[in-house]
Amino acid sequence: MRMPIPDANIIAQRSEIIERLQQIVPRGEFGDSVIIDSAGLRAYECDGLSAYRQLPLIVVLPETTAQISRILTFCNEIGVKIVARGAGTSLSGGALPLADAVMLGLGKFNKILNIDYANRAVITQPGVTNLSISEAVSDADFYYAPDPSSQIVCSIGGNVAENSGGVHCLKYGLTTNNLLGLEMVLMNGDIIKLGGKYLGSEGYDLLGIISGSEGLLGVITEVTLRILKKPETARAMLIGFNNAALAGDCVATIIGSGIIPGGMEMMDKLAIEATEEFVHAGYPSNVETLLIVELDGPVVEVSDLIARVQNIANGLGSNYIRVSKNEAEREIFWAGRKAAFPAIGRITPDYYCVDGTIPRARLPEVLIKINEMSQKYKLRVANVFHAGDGNLHPLIMYDANELGELERAEEFGREILLLCVDVGGVLTGEHGVGVEKRDLMEKVFTEEDLKQQQRLKCAFDPNGLLNPGKVFPTLHRCAELGRVHVHHGETSFSDIPRF
Amino acid sequence: MSKRLIPHNKKEVLDIVRGVVNDEKSIEIIGAGSKRGWGRPNKTSALVDLSKISAITLYEPQELVMTAGGGTPIEDIQAILSENQQQLAFEPPDLSILYGGIKGAGTLGGIISTNLSGPRRIQSGAARDFCLGFDAISGRGEEFKSGGRVVKNVTGFDLAKLLSGSFGTLAIMVSITIKVLPKPEKTRTALVFGLDDKQGIQALSETFQGPFEVNAAAHLPADIATNSLIPLLNNRTLSVTAVRFQGPATSVCARCQGVKALWQSYGEVKELHGCNSASLWNEIGNVGSLLNGQTDQIWRISVPPSEGANLVAKIKSVVQCKTYFDWGGGLIWLAADGKLTEVGMAIRSVLGSIGGHATLMRGSAELRLTSDVFQPQTPVLSRLTRSIKDNFDPTHVLNPSRMYEGI
Repeated sequence: MRMPIPDANIIAQRSEIIERLQQIVPRGEFGDSVIIDSAGLRAYECDGLSAYRQLPLIVVLPETTAQISRILTFCNEIGVKIVARGAGTSLSGGALPLADAVMLGLGKFNKILNIDYANRAVITQPGVTNLSISEAVSDADFYYAPDPSSQIVCSIGGNVAENSGGVHCLKYGLTTNNLLGLEMVLMNGDIIKLGGKYLGSEGYDLLGIISGSEGLLGVITEVTLRILKKPETARAMLIGFNNAALAGDCVATIIGSGIIPGGMEMMDKLAIEATEEFVHAGYPSNVETLLIVELDGPVVEVSDLIARVQNIANGLGSNYIRVSKNEAEREIFWAGRKAAFPAIGRITPDYYCVDGTIPRARLPEVLIKINEMSQKYKLRVANVFHAGDGNLHPLIMYDANELGELERAEEFGREILLLCVDVGGVLTGEHGVGVEKRDLMEKVFTEEDLKQQQRLKCAFDPNGLLNPGKVFPTLHRCAELGRVHVHHGETSFSDIPRF
Repeated sequence: MSKRLIPHNKKEVLDIVRGVVNDEKSIEIIGAGSKRGWGRPNKTSALVDLSKISAITLYEPQELVMTAGGGTPIEDIQAILSENQQQLAFEPPDLSILYGGIKGAGTLGGIISTNLSGPRRIQSGAARDFCLGFDAISGRGEEFKSGGRVVKNVTGFDLAKLLSGSFGTLAIMVSITIKVLPKPEKTRTALVFGLDDKQGIQALSETFQGPFEVNAAAHLPADIATNSLIPLLNNRTLSVTAVRFQGPATSVCARCQGVKALWQSYGEVKELHGCNSASLWNEIGNVGSLLNGQTDQIWRISVPPSEGANLVAKIKSVVQCKTYFDWGGGLIWLAADGKLTEVGMAIRSVLGSIGGHATLMRGSAELRLTSDVFQPQTPVLSRLTRSIKDNFDPTHVLNPSRMYEGI
């Protein structure tokens, strides 16, 4: 992976930078807050996309917003790049260090600051894990809806940066739809507050663009989230089919009939077998494709909807239907799906997780083509799929110790993503562009599309110091992006009908 | 009267913008022109009317997705959705009474550009949550797109959110893709009468603490409830507190019964079905018929729901006004005499200690020039806003100063 050429001038100033950072963030109770030795830095060399590794210049672990503001002010002044990192679970290399950048670890921002049931909101620091939010409000029967599979470790700040989804976002939305407010520090050290325990934004919807901005616009220091009352009940169904096309029809018919399930997941045979072997969720062995459909809400509504979904599935020739009888059984149905990635990890030395979204109706043809590619690249693939919202996660199995297999797996992944784009979908549904899909952005966007996105970055970070080398395949200077192209003689303004 | 330009396609919009950039002129962008009274009055050299860019180019009910031109009448969109038992879940209000326009007028582009969202906002989200992607012409005279036609998409910055609610100050959206949702099978509204503001919001809050999946929640003081056209509301001089349930029939009935039982201790409890229920929420969302003083200035205030009653009490201690609450107490509609220049100051001074934002939704041109129509920003936020504007529309040709002076 080609990254921006490290700035030798910055690397040469490493000791001065360390000294300044140590002044801003003094040694803490549990040790140094500025990590400089290579053993210590090693822990930060990669995120969840472990194929790419790089030691950061320095790691700093601030504890307060004021410290972050001072760090960014200093780095902005002398032109030092910053890569922010939450829990480091990005699957697209969003938190991949740079050799000439300070890595800003947000692990010490680990407190939930305020729980407000009357306004159905939680204010938290960004290093708190996704699951701890739900756990903190669970006693009052509330929860935080977005639930990425990494929720036991991934941080809320990272969720905002990546606009994380999860299995329940079909009904309850992504992070962006559940975010009420933010405090963040801009690259010049300015601290801004956006939103709060109320709806809507004052002025432009900056919350909307910070969500999913992959650490390129600012450093999040506080997050206000909407929490929801837990549904009265939730029941999951396992529905098996002999082929993926029928399962795809089942998904389309359920949604077409006006039912929006809490979650609707699909797994292919290889994924079913691997997870069953791993967690013994009781998945059937005689089906090619398995749907997990969860209905939640008031008890009467859920019973009614389960009966309707059963009818739809039977009508389409399902060969296996099982409805969870109690909460424990519902959880075990999900445990299989949520453990799909590690389950695949058990049957292959390495796997590469792809993340594209397609219009739901194109699922059968896309699955057929992925299987053809699997033969072409001579690599096995297991498919898990957020079927309700068209988000595909093929898991390509390879062995990094075999010469050329990683490259083959990556090429296979790229071909899948381009197929997603071809059928009307997109490169990434929830894992982000990062470094992984950066060079494919030009397949989706025109030069002007990408320039306009980069101009937005210029408004936040005119020196281009926040997480460079991620998301955009080419770095442009803001001065160059700012120039207006004059279209002399190209207009037909006078031809327009007018009153 | 400024010149009116009516482009028929993206190319013509592009030509217009390039023309005004070259000529150093400016343009006001309209769809149906139904919300021109919302925002600071601005003088531009021409009016660009998008009403001919109005085709629905994609509608796949099973995929819950639609793409249409920015100038597509919202009535056309709602009609075709309705034929397929679908709807715009963010429930965009019809502000025609508020602005004195034609009933039902408005376009998709206008609704997304103003992020106009109705009572269901508290459960389903705002217009911006349903905007999946767009094709647009920037103020630089360049064509660009963002987003796509699928809900789950993190491919690049989410410019669809930025353009939603930007009042046409950044780009002209020629084509917009939205997520649509199924219509609920059944709707029912539970009412309780005679509560004051504080009790009313408390009663609403309690429904959110239970398993009732309320998707709209409002409180109308007696002087507002009496303006309703629904006999059950206007034939008594009592305040009314209301919540709405939607979904499968058995579920709606069970949840409605649950809230009625919960509310027994508060006062007289009733329910509204079918047409009356729909009318009530239209009145609440559309504002104009409940706050019916033709010369009043009208404000929309968003606050933490638990602060709503408190905020109104404080404002009423300073200026005379009428108010009602939507969004569980978090949205306040306020009407006061149009000549009172101190209303905005009073609102914002109280807001300062609570957190939230206020928008002058209707007022004379003079009032909209002299008051801050949108919530004033901190210096840092204001700088950022200006920088975003400059990066999308460097010569300020698109709806200049519509939101903030110089933006």
